[in-house]
Amino acid sequence: MRIVAKLAAFQLVDVLRSRWLFGYAIFFLLTTEGLLRFGGDATRALVSLTSIVLFIVPLAAIVFATVYVHRAREFIELLLAQPVGRSAMFAGTYGAMAVSLSAGLVVGVGTPFVLRGGAGVAGAAGVLVGTGVALTLVFAGAGVALALRTDDRLRAFGIALGAWACTALAYDAVLLVLATAMAGAPLERPLLAATFANPIDLARVVMLMHLDISALMGYTGASFTRFFDASSGMVIAAASLAAWAAGPALLGARLFRRKDF
Amino acid sequence: MIEISALTKSFGARGVLRGVDLSVRPGRVTALVGSNGAGKTTLIKCLLGLVRADSGEIRIDGARVGDDPAYRATIGYASQMSRFPEHLTAREVTRILIDLRGTSAVIDWELFERLALAPHLDTRVRALSGGTRQKLAVALAFLFAPRVLVLDEPSAGLDPMANAVLKDKILSERADGKTVLVTSHVMSELEELADDIVFLRAGRVGYAGSVQKLRVYTGHPHLERAIASMMAREAVCA
Repeated sequence: MRIVAKLAAFQLVDVLRSRWLFGYAIFFLLTTEGLLRFGGDATRALVSLTSIVLFIVPLAAIVFATVYVHRAREFIELLLAQPVGRSAMFAGTYGAMAVSLSAGLVVGVGTPFVLRGGAGVAGAAGVLVGTGVALTLVFAGAGVALALRTDDRLRAFGIALGAWACTALAYDAVLLVLATAMAGAPLERPLLAATFANPIDLARVVMLMHLDISALMGYTGASFTRFFDASSGMVIAAASLAAWAAGPALLGARLFRRKDF
Repeated sequence: MIEISALTKSFGARGVLRGVDLSVRPGRVTALVGSNGAGKTTLIKCLLGLVRADSGEIRIDGARVGDDPAYRATIGYASQMSRFPEHLTAREVTRILIDLRGTSAVIDWELFERLALAPHLDTRVRALSGGTRQKLAVALAFLFAPRVLVLDEPSAGLDPMANAVLKDKILSERADGKTVLVTSHVMSELEELADDIVFLRAGRVGYAGSVQKLRVYTGHPHLERAIASMMAREAVCA
């Protein structure tokens, strides 16, 4: 653990000194502040903010992680030429990335709410930050795994963008088209499975179930409410999202242990 | 002492190392040479545990290269691709390696002093020139007074003065009985440094022995000509 902490600490310093992370935090800070100030009541502001978080966080996390691992490759090689185990090296690298990206989100979204004493929606704001952190872990892990699997930087970057576009943009639309084409078929269970298969959909379900706004859940999310009531549905979705958060990181760790650098 | 036996490594269908048997002796500088794609970098990466061999065995001072990273405490490594985290200073990069080695590590600051790195230590890596980064990489390889030095094109990007300092240091380490494995495309440099030559040919050892014997073997008094002659034979065989 001592070595993991040291590896994570220096990488954290490296990331924190880059302007990129400050830009990320300031973007959320200004967006949150703007929505709370001009976006109507706090609940409406939170709904708008949820859409932005679900859109931006996966993109930022997967692109940042992919680029970071590729840029750090030669230094990772130098560190692995020291008496350092691969698991410790992976934990330090992934940990630093996850902590710094999460910190940018927490500070950016959290600060305006804290300054307003919760703005009457402190619990929901906390859930939003929590789902955002979970999505950070999912997509940062996916980015690391992708960078380890794909040596060509441009190709990895393209796949990262493609993966984000599929999960954040195209997923619901494709399912909607399929469901329309197969009208009349019993699709409830496949659609429920489809919600579990996409962490962004799960995050949306968690957030909107907490706010009790099923109308905004998207096509797959709406099917979720037919199977679960509000409290059990939220617990199940949150637990599934937590499992998602661990999955890509575990895959990344496995790839890192086996990789030929 | 580095002992390699029956080492193989393939990337997909491409066999890069095809049964390498080799001994690298302590107290000598061994140059690893061969044409592009002969397997030099892969062999070095296998030594460092960066690449997992498909079969065969490597022992460094008797310790088997495997999953336990402890054996790497005896190795100093510098590559030609010296890239460090851009937002850290040279001092912080150095501190990381010292922290990873632990408090018991012996520290040798000689190259930091002789390469005049002190004025650059508090500069962020992104602001350092390529040559200064390479000086840092080379100084880090020697920092822990390792028994085994693995230097992959260490002089790439160094100015003549820094290169002379590096060569002096390599020779003094040799005199102290260290094992030095070096690659370079600058034959005049190897002529000055190398006691032994290992010539890799398509993933196998084409020649391993002293520089003197290689000269006799090829009939060329100069190392560059002798190695070129080996490469020419390789081309004919291919």
